[in-house]
Parts: sequence; structure tokens; C-alpha cells
Amino acid sequence: MTTPGEEAPVTSDFVRSYVITGGRDLPSSEELALHTLVTLAPGRTLPLGAGPEVKAIWELCAGGYLSVAEVAGHLGLPVGVARLLLTDLSEQGHLLRRAEPPRAQNVDRATLEKVLNGLQSLIG
Amino acid sequence: MDSNPSSAETAQKSIYVSSEVTNAAKILVVGHFAVGKTTLIGSLSEITPLRTEEKMTQASVHVDDLRGVTDKTTTTVALDFGRLTLSDDLVLYLFGTPGQQRFMQLWEDMARGALGALLLVDPARLEETFPVIDLVERYGLEYAIAVNCFDPAATYSEAEVREALDLLPDTPVVYCDARDQQSSAMALIALVRHLLERAA
Repeated sequence: MTTPGEEAPVTSDFVRSYVITGGRDLPSSEELALHTLVTLAPGRTLPLGAGPEVKAIWELCAGGYLSVAEVAGHLGLPVGVARLLLTDLSEQGHLLRRAEPPRAQNVDRATLEKVLNGLQSLIG
Repeated sequence: MDSNPSSAETAQKSIYVSSEVTNAAKILVVGHFAVGKTTLIGSLSEITPLRTEEKMTQASVHVDDLRGVTDKTTTTVALDFGRLTLSDDLVLYLFGTPGQQRFMQLWEDMARGALGALLLVDPARLEETFPVIDLVERYGLEYAIAVNCFDPAATYSEAEVREALDLLPDTPVVYCDARDQQSSAMALIALVRHLLERAA
């Protein structure tokens, strides 16, 4: 997450992220929230030249819906890197997205009531 | 979602959100280091809590003599989170968020789209909660205080906690045992009831 002009120390971990992202800046959470649900769109073909991380995302997301954070967690990728690769796949039409949070911070009463009912059903 | 993990096949399928789910909500579980955030998330989550990392760049005090410039260092922040299916079409994600001021970039990301925050407090280290309260307030998050009491005898009364943390009268204060699912659920219920009142 370096901004232009900044220098980050070169560590093996850093190099790994750099290679995966091609050195591109990571997208912000405006693009894809941590709890947005994603899955592979039906009938898509893995892009030619996809790297091992994209392949791993492809296989994982073929199984059903997961949040952006879960994709990162299951594959051991930093959130920012997973978000970048998922944004790429989404822009190429390979992903279906669900449950995108509204841009404005408005609290949706119906959702709160559902959350409350769901939590209450947990206690005996 | 099948919540019965009786076979390996079921367990494998259950990593995915049920296909009927169309809505995902997010609540932050915040607090200082080692207050029990991950424990609380683990007691409620239907999946094994996952950990992912966010890299933060920050200015470091170290100065590189050869170049004579201030270095930036990259800090890795671990985020633990869990998931809870609350109805046929709704899942809730609980994100543990570290309470350090220097992770502002992370907080911006975490706060976006969050319903609110459950602020876990260790009664033995009340003063460490002040910076966390500053952060939730700065990001406009509604919150409830959950006092994680491992030893109820050693804890402060609600009035003492309110006074020490300088809370608004309508900020809920609950006591919980983060290791216990029911207790953790009740703490979240107190938060969500508060959110509903504020939304009214």
C-alpha cells in the first residue's frame, strides 16, 4: 500500500506481493468491500497466462459465494492483493458480486431487525 | 446452510455462503491488544475464524544514514474474522479490528459499510480503551461496550466503567464472557438494539 513516491523496504514478502500485482497500486475498499460476496460467473474460461494466485482464486470461487475477506483468508493472500486480483476478474466479467454495501453510511432498519432476530435465535 | 458438520463432505461445503444469501452485514469487534476479540469471534463464528493480513505503510523513526532520508516501513496487521448465517438470505461478518491509532488506513476500510462496533474492554486495563473509543467515534461508528470479565469478582461496576470511560448515558454497557457463545451473542444483541434505537 505504498503511495507514489514512497519507498517500501524490499523483503521477500514485499517482493511476492509486488510480483503478484505487477507493482500496481492496490484498489481501495470503495472498489470491493471486505464483506462483498463473490463467486465465479457460469461458463467462464480461465484467462490465458493467469498466475498461480489467480488460478487459486478461480478454483476457490468456482465452489460458491465467499466474501472478499474469506477469499484472502483461505488463500493466505494479503487483503489488498486479493482485492486487486478480484477487481481484475470482476472487470473482465468473470465474477458475480452480491451484497455490495451502500456507499452512504445509512443504517438499514430492516437489516438491523434481521440481524437482531438472527442473534436472538442463538440464545436459548 | 447446513450447520451439522457430521461428515467431511459437509464440512467442506460449509466454507461457502448459502446460495440464497443476498445480503451481508458487517459488525466490527474492536478493542486493545489481547482483549479477547478473536475469542469472541470464534465463539460465534460458524466457520473456523480466518486470518488475513493488511499491509500498512508508515513512517519510521529510523533514518538511513547512507541516503539521509526517513524510511517507511511496512507493518503487517492481522485481521481475524468470522461468519454467522442469521437467516436464509443474510450473513453477518464479524471483523476483529486492532485499536492502534497508527492503523487509520485500515480503520477507514473496516468502518465502511459496518453496522456498528462492539467495543471489548478488559476491566483490568481500562485506560487502554481510550484510544479505541477515540477511533470508533472518529469514524462515526455507533458502539456498545462489552466488558470481558474472566473473573467477575475482580471487575468494576457498570457505574464505575461508565465514569472511567466517560460514556454517554445511552451507550450500552454489558458484561460478557467472550469464550461463551450465548454470552457473546447477548453482547451483540445489546449493540444491535442500540443501533435500532439510534436508527429510529
